[in-house]
Formats: sequence, structure tokens, C-alpha cells
Amino acid sequence: MNVPISLNGQPRELPAPWHIADLVADLGFTGKRVAVEVNGEIVPKSRYGSTGLVADDRVEIVIAVGGG
Amino acid sequence: MGKIETHVAAPLDTPFTMGGETFRSRLLVGTGKYRDFGQTRDAIEASGAQIVTVAIRRTNIGQDPDQPSLLDVLDPQRYTILPNTAGCYSAFEAVRTLRLARELLDGHNLVKLEVLGSQATLFPNMPETLMAAKQLVADGFRVMVYCSDDPVQARMLEDIGCVAIMPLASLIGSGMGILNPWNLRIIIDEAQVPVIVDAGVGTASDAAIAMELGCDGVLMNTAIAMAGDPVRMAAAMGQAVSAGRNAFLAGRMPKKPYEASASSPTEGLLD
Repeated sequence: MNVPISLNGQPRELPAPWHIADLVADLGFTGKRVAVEVNGEIVPKSRYGSTGLVADDRVEIVIAVGGG
Repeated sequence: MGKIETHVAAPLDTPFTMGGETFRSRLLVGTGKYRDFGQTRDAIEASGAQIVTVAIRRTNIGQDPDQPSLLDVLDPQRYTILPNTAGCYSAFEAVRTLRLARELLDGHNLVKLEVLGSQATLFPNMPETLMAAKQLVADGFRVMVYCSDDPVQARMLEDIGCVAIMPLASLIGSGMGILNPWNLRIIIDEAQVPVIVDAGVGTASDAAIAMELGCDGVLMNTAIAMAGDPVRMAAAMGQAVSAGRNAFLAGRMPKKPYEASASSPTEGLLD
């Protein structure tokens, strides 16, 4: 059963009710310096494995970029 | 007669302490607008800066995740990474961005707050800036804050608990230099926390002027990144900040606009 979410403002279908760790791994960000927010709440790295994603979750993943 | 050897080092400065941390360099630099990460790294190295500001943005989904990222080039063990809220136009967005940044940086809580109020001028929205500063300080952040050069609002930000007041010297990215030294002097004279010029520096003499006014530091990005040779300009900025600081500590000679004073003896001249 596909799970529709919003990822960085874009629609995305997860193939199953993944945990955040699954999404982060799928994107190739495991072990990288990213931060994740779900529905406006920050999810600490320690909870990626235990936080499940459900339909219509709004996920934001951010990194540090050049800026002043 | 033997040669006279002298080794007189410049007297030591007082340490630059901010938010409970002490820094050697009084130059703070941004990481935007460089040609590539190699140039970013080399310029920052040449500048001698220890505090390096970065922006927080959505990851580019679909991009190769194995491409190096900025924090692969700038080791957070080596530099104090200062996340900023560039591009935020409300207190809400700014607070949200910095909470994400704190998570990204493993709890590091020294941050640069800026809440913009105009896309054309990038002037700060001061009511939103004050609101965000209150929330962030209450949330345990050490807040360095970009602000207008209004001494009253600078005082308000200090009263809220910001660890550094960072007035603009002219518009962000304009390179117009120190346009209102008098306001900056009032802010510097009244502040009990470090005052850092954040925006407007165009070349090395601007940085020196800021430091001669008594600023505790200077933060810049475009003046280095958009210079003809960014790495060389970065070195010049490090020297200018240091020179300006020493000139401030030394105390300049009085200005005597109508009174010349020869430096050579007036006696012993040939007839």
C-alpha cells in the first residue's frame, strides 16, 4: 500500500509505511549531516528508526549550504 | 658597535569573548557566492576566520548524495559553524530554521539571527527580529543578531539576551562601506556585549574603519567572494581587521585640521 507524503514540498509516494530511517537511507543521506522535520516538529537522529511516516505527513530534510 | 636587534611584538589584545567562548580572530566570514567549495575553503583558510556562517536549505532531492557538501569542506571540529536565517522574512521561519540547524549541528547553539523585511534592500524587519530573538533566547540559543543601526533597538536586543549585536554598515552585499559611523559609535559605546558590523564592507579599508570605530569584529561574505581574487582579499581582510583593532587599541593622534607640525627638527638646518 503506497503512502503519499510531502517531501521538501514535493509529493512523494512511499512504497510502505516507512520509518524516517528508511526514507533517509533511500535518499542516500544515512550518516550525512541533515536534519529532519515532520509536520513542523524536529525529529532527532536518535528517533529516525522509531518514527513512522503516515499518509499526508509533511517531511522536510535540510542541509547546510553556502550563505552569508 | 654591534647591530641593535629589536623584536617588539604588538602588545596582546584582550580576548574576543562572545557567548562564553573565546576567539582569536575578529573576522567572521560567510560561505556564499564562491566559485566552488575549493575556493570557499581556501579563502576561509586565508582569512584566518574561526567563525563561519552557513545557510540552511532543503536538500536537493534527486541530486547525487555522494557529492561533497559544505560541511565536508568546513570541518565543524575546526571552525565554529554559525548557522544563519538568511532568506527568512518572519520570526516563525527564523526560529524554525535555527531549531533545524541546532539538530543538524548536534546541539550547537550559537546562531546568527536575521529576519528580513525588504527583498529589495534586505533591511531587517526589526519587530520580527525582536520577537524571534526572545523566543530563541528562551529556547537556549546564543543569539548573534543582524539589525539596523538604531541604538535603541540594539539596546532592546541586548536586554533580551543576545550575545552579539550586529548592525549593518550599509546594505547586505552592497560593498558601500561604513555609511553611518556615528550611529555605530553610539551602539558600540552603549553595548555591554560585542558589536560586530555585519553587512556592507566592500574592501579592506572598510573593515579597518569598522574596527577603528571600536567594533569587536566584522562579518562579511560578498567583499571576499566577489573580489577579483577572493583568496588574496580574504588575507587582506584578516590583516585589515587586525590592523584596525590595533589602531583602535593604540588610540589615534588628535586631528589638527589647521595646524601643521613638522616631524623633523627645526634646528641644524643648513644656511
